[in-house]
Formats: sequence, structure tokens, C-alpha cells
Amino acid sequence: MSDRSKTLRETIEKDEAGILERWIDKQLAAPSFRSDRISKTELAEHSRRFLSSLRQSLGSGTPDVQSPAWANVRQILEDISVSRAQQGFSPSETALFIFSLKETLFEQLNSELTKDPTALAAAIIDTNQLLDKLGLYTTEVYQTGREKVIVRQQQELMELSTPVVMLWDGVLALPVIGTLDSSRTQVVMENLLQRIVDTGALIAIIDITGVPTVDTLTAQHLLKTVAAARLMGADCIISGIRPQIAQTIVHLGVDLGTVVTKATLADALAIALRRLGLTVVKAATTGKRRPDGEAPSAPSDRSED
Amino acid sequence: MTVLLSDQRAVQTAEDVVAVRQAVRQRAVELGFNLVDQTKIVTASSELARNTVQYGGGGTVTIESLEDLGRRGLRLTFADSGPGIKDIELAMKDGYTTAGGLGLGLSGARRLSNEFHIHSTPGEGTRVTITRWR
Amino acid sequence: MEHIPILKMGDFLLVTIQVDMHDRLAMTLQDDLTSRIVDAHAKGVLIDISALEIVDSFIGRMLADIAAMARVLDAETVVVGMRPAVAITLVELGLSLTGVRTALNVERGMDLLRKRILERLADDGPA
Repeated sequence: MSDRSKTLRETIEKDEAGILERWIDKQLAAPSFRSDRISKTELAEHSRRFLSSLRQSLGSGTPDVQSPAWANVRQILEDISVSRAQQGFSPSETALFIFSLKETLFEQLNSELTKDPTALAAAIIDTNQLLDKLGLYTTEVYQTGREKVIVRQQQELMELSTPVVMLWDGVLALPVIGTLDSSRTQVVMENLLQRIVDTGALIAIIDITGVPTVDTLTAQHLLKTVAAARLMGADCIISGIRPQIAQTIVHLGVDLGTVVTKATLADALAIALRRLGLTVVKAATTGKRRPDGEAPSAPSDRSED
Repeated sequence: MTVLLSDQRAVQTAEDVVAVRQAVRQRAVELGFNLVDQTKIVTASSELARNTVQYGGGGTVTIESLEDLGRRGLRLTFADSGPGIKDIELAMKDGYTTAGGLGLGLSGARRLSNEFHIHSTPGEGTRVTITRWR
Repeated sequence: MEHIPILKMGDFLLVTIQVDMHDRLAMTLQDDLTSRIVDAHAKGVLIDISALEIVDSFIGRMLADIAAMARVLDAETVVVGMRPAVAITLVELGLSLTGVRTALNVERGMDLLRKRILERLADDGPA
């Protein structure tokens, strides 16, 4: 193959500037070219970088586009793919970048090798294979790029939707809304444990009022979170157990072990405070109502009436 | 998929197990894994390295940095020419141990990794490969 | 042979693990601790693992065994300073160390030890 890729490389080297110009013109003339989305300068710059890098990698002697010798080319395609995706181009519009180059190169090879049909045929086949692989690579990177954006957005959504709230000195509450899958559980665990470290909390109340169903997997995830918090010295109470959830738990034979469960967050908070040795006491009153209708103030809180 | 960097080390002694942990940690940091993911793969490597020393009579680990469609990964292959595992399914069960351990080595390593492959022939040896992607 | 230092603080023993231990060192620690608990008539053991970046099943087993042995020798054990990443990994690994008491740091650990010892005294009555 090294012999045959020499043909393409030499052809490009003979007139790189000319090929570049004709290629850029083809892209600008394509019906799908969006001058509102990408500037001619940017297009020209991408094309120049790519053609130059392609020529260099052709000199490496290997046609394997996945090899280290082609790393530069791959990087440029990744950059271009990501920026085109951000600019709102579709995958096929993005791949047009490569396929329009193919046409230009075929034309060039044709004019170079008219006298040698065998060599021409071989060069066209190889160029075709090479650029097809690169075109496919561009599409795959585009897809992966889009998936990464989706994953990142999902991550941000997960973090936003599981706030850890300090209910009292030493008591954290974690209201879980929505389903608890394994990646969400990871985020929840990391958040909760970090807050335990930051606040020195001894009790964490995990409220599952907002969790629609609890199946065996969800229960496992909950228990994992409880176990992790325990390793950090904090005990967990699970609250928000709706009657249907209680039934499901029993029917599924889920073993919650020694985890305390309560129907409401309020009940859980009461237990937490009691465990910390705290009691809530009603403030004593002087008995008289204030002129503005407010409840009487405590004896130690004499505000001007 | 490309292998960006490959390194092989001996896993023969208890000190080697520590060295493997540190080498894997370093590679994971270079690849940009977050702290929890780093901890997971280093812990998994500790379990498998120990297995290689204790059950495999010593062997090697190959540490490979991978790149696939723009994402990075770390792949570890532990190989030994020890007695091999007769019943892999049984060996993978939590709590199963033949040497007084906790029996969590193989199953634990699998839980801590994105990909897990095991190949073992009694009398010839065992090869376990785990991969974690960023 | 290396040993991990064990400090005596009143009725308690404090061990701070600061190195990436190989298996033999861990076993040596277990032996050393068991002897010291007896020699010092210690009522509590505090193991500080805040410097540990990794706790695998071997170390986890060591911690659980130390707690169990200490209990047989009538001493309480508290493990302190586990890092969040380590806790998450341990749980994923399948080790929840249910027999081991934990606390966020040495200070909390001491409070917990004192509380537990008082509770045991109340249960058993004065010696």
C-alpha cells in the first residue's frame, strides 16, 4: 500500500494550493452550504489544515487511519466535527467536508494519470477507501460528541435535582425526586458524602416521597447509599414511604436491614433530633396579646410595644 | 480503538501489589479520571493483583491507556500460568473463597469496572481483563 | 521489619495508618494491636485511615478482624476518617463493614468510644 499512497501524496504535493482552492469552491457551491452558520474564512482554514495533515499522514506508509501516524488527522476531524455540531450542521452536512474533497482528488488524479489507466484505477480505489474511512470517522465522532453533550446535561440535571439540605446542625436531608438509577445513585452518594464531611452531620434523612416506584434495584441503590453514609459515621433514616411502596417492599421481599424508616420527613426529623439529645420546647408567654394582633413575646424577648 | 500507551509489570510479591496500585493510580490520573473512578479502578487492580500473587503463583499485569472515538479508557490485563479456575461461575460468586479471604476479589473487580473478561484453563493459567472508561 | 506505630492515649490506643500497606505489614499491625490491647489494658482502639486512598477487601477484612478481636479482648474499636471516594468504592466492592463503628475524625471517634464504653458499663454493671 505504501507504494500506492505515494501516488496520492505526490499528486497532492504537486499542486496542494490548487487542490485546496478547488475543494473550497466545491464546498461553497454545495446546496447545503450555510453561509449564516460558518464563515468562508473558517471553512478555508479547516480545509487547509486538513489537506496539509492528510498529505503528511500519507507519508507514513500505513493506510490504517486508527494508527498513531494518523492521530493528527483524527484530531482535526474531531475538532471540525465538534464545531460543526455546535454550529447546528447535520452529520451528513458535516461529512460533506470529506466527500467533496474526494471529488476534487479524483479530478486531480484523473488529469495526472490519464496516460496510465492501471495506476489511475488503483489510485482511485485507494483514495476512495481512505476518504470513506475518514468520512465515517467524522460521522462517528459527531455522534459521540452529541452523546457527550447529552450525558453532560443529564449529569447537570441529576446534580440539580438532588440537593442536600441541612435541616439542623448535624442533620442532613436528601429529598430524592424521580427514579434512582445507578448513575444517579453515584451522584447522590458523592453529594451526600461530601456534605457529611463538610458539615460533620451525624444523621442523614433520605426522603423518597418523590420516587414513583421502588423495585429491587432502587432498593439496592438506597441501601448502598445508606451503607456509604454509615462508613462516614452518619446514620440514615429513610422517610416518605408511601403505603404502596411499603407494600411493594414487602412483596418483593426487600430486606431493609437495620435501616429505620418513617412515613414522613417530619417524623424522621423528630427522631433525628431526639437521637442528638435535642428537644423542641414551646416558648413561655406573658399571656397578653400585642396591639397588632401578634402572639405575645417571650419574657426574655422584650421588644418595644 | 487505539492503544496509546502500554506497560507490563511483574506481579510476584506483596510489594508488587502495592507497586501495581501506584502505577495504576498514576495512569488513571494522567488519563483524567475523576477521584471516585480512580479509586475504583485502583481498588479493582489491588484485588486482581493479589489474586495473581496468591492463587496464580505470580504473573504479570499489562496496563494500557486506550482511546476510542474521542473517549479515554484504562485497561488492565492480569495473567498468570497458575493452576487456573475450574468453575468460573462459582469463583465469581460473592463470598466464595478457597484461601480464607473474603471472596470478593473477582466479583468485586467486576462491579468496579465498566468491562470485565475472564479466561481460565485448569492447569494452564488465568487471564483477567478489566476496563474503565472516562 | 516495619511496624506501624501505636500510640497510647489514656485508656485508648491510636493507630494512624499513613502508608500504602502491603499485606504483610497489615498482618503485623493486627498482631501488634492485639498484643498492645492486652498489655495496656486498653478499653478502646481508634484507627485513623484518613490518609488511605484505597481500602481493598484485604484491608477491609483487617479492619473488621481488628474490631472483632478487640471486642473479644473487651475493647471497642472505631475507624475514623474514611474518605468519601473510598466509602463509595467499598460499598460498590460489596464490603459494608457492618461490624465496624466509624466516625468522621479522631475527635468524633473519641467521643464515640467514650459513649460506647459508658453504655457497656451501664449494661454490664460495674466490674
